[in-house]
Amino acid sequence: MTHSITITVNGQAYTRQVDARLLLSDFIRHELLLTGTHVGCEHGVCGACTVLFDGEPVRSCLMFAVQADGHAITTVEGLSSDPERLHPLQQAFWEAHGLQCGFCTPGFLMTLVPFLEANPTPSEAEVREAISGNLCRCTGYQHIVDAVLLAATRLNGD
Amino acid sequence: MKPAPFEYYVPRSLDEALALLAEHGYDAKPLAGGQSLVPAMNFRLAQPAVLVDLNNLADLAGIMADGEGGLRIGAMTRQRAVERSPLVAQRAPLLAETLPYIAHPQIRNRGTVGGSLAHNDPAAELPAVALALDARMRVRKQDGERVVAASDFFLGIFTTALEPDELLTEIVFPPLPPRSGVAFEEMARRHGDYALVGCAARVTLAENGKVSDSRLVFFSVGDGPVQAVAAAKTLRGQRPGPAAMRASAEAASQEIDPPSDIHASADFRRHLAQVLARRALTRAVDRASALR
Repeated sequence: MTHSITITVNGQAYTRQVDARLLLSDFIRHELLLTGTHVGCEHGVCGACTVLFDGEPVRSCLMFAVQADGHAITTVEGLSSDPERLHPLQQAFWEAHGLQCGFCTPGFLMTLVPFLEANPTPSEAEVREAISGNLCRCTGYQHIVDAVLLAATRLNGD
Repeated sequence: MKPAPFEYYVPRSLDEALALLAEHGYDAKPLAGGQSLVPAMNFRLAQPAVLVDLNNLADLAGIMADGEGGLRIGAMTRQRAVERSPLVAQRAPLLAETLPYIAHPQIRNRGTVGGSLAHNDPAAELPAVALALDARMRVRKQDGERVVAASDFFLGIFTTALEPDELLTEIVFPPLPPRSGVAFEEMARRHGDYALVGCAARVTLAENGKVSDSRLVFFSVGDGPVQAVAAAKTLRGQRPGPAAMRASAEAASQEIDPPSDIHASADFRRHLAQVLARRALTRAVDRASALR
């Protein structure tokens, strides 16, 4: 049995027929072809699939697409409306070398954007705790922390 | 890593949800936050034929004051909402102190209080806290309601007193007696990982400063929350000095029977239990003393 759902993703409404068992992560990637959301462990450990669900970061591999019917999702593609201009956090990741292979990066960004909105002047310890639910196997995290602190400084206009 | 097919229902009322559970019995699973159930389904460790999604039952979510100093939390209340609630911080400080230890913010944004309690993962924080606080579980089925004490609710690994046609709807946290202090401790390899051992302590002092009641509840050391009953009793009637608390913590580490697994040996878990219990008791006593 399939279900008709309408989900707003990055401000645009999409209506699709889906199986109940389709994960939200697979809906985003395979139905909407928004492949910026990455799929790592598919059991909620790695954080690569993090998206905003009604503004709060969640694991899209731990929800069914059918559960997002009527809700709003933001993916990494929605962070900046201008392809020539990165979101300040993305720009900081670039400049501070906050990524190497980049597989984990969308999940980090989608975790950190609401974090910086809630806490515009975080300490390094707070940043480290904020990213504790996202795994990165390349950077050793130090440059990610640097990037977040750089972005915070810029977002505060210093 | 994809779930097996299932029939999906999203009831609009509690009555509708209870009717679905009554109809499908053991074939059905209620879906709360899904932060444990969905991974289990992705691994196909769980293959429910029917999912009853509780996420549209707004009546089951909410945090309310209950009488003099008590608290009621709807089963579908997100863990993140509990973590951010000033009412919880005021009326159930043990709960407020524990919440940040549960997984990660992304998980707590979806995970619910009732879901964690009904799942009864032996490594979960909330069952231990519910037991330490004498929480009462309000349980509904189609033709009735019952209230189950936390001490009767957690029956074993991933097992509770809930029948397949029943739903946990609300958790009631009664007020603590006067001059009571609480504290929570856990040790995990990384923040947000499953704890190797965790401990909730609760101490009540008499007017003369001696311990009138104390409680130690551990998790990740057995098949659910584990109370060290005898060890906690050794403190009663005593002045809660460092030696008495050390002795009680030491006794607790001998009273429990933790498993060995790839994460930690039984001996290491006993060692952690002793250290964490001593820390938790010390802080609980400090807080109780401040209220004298």
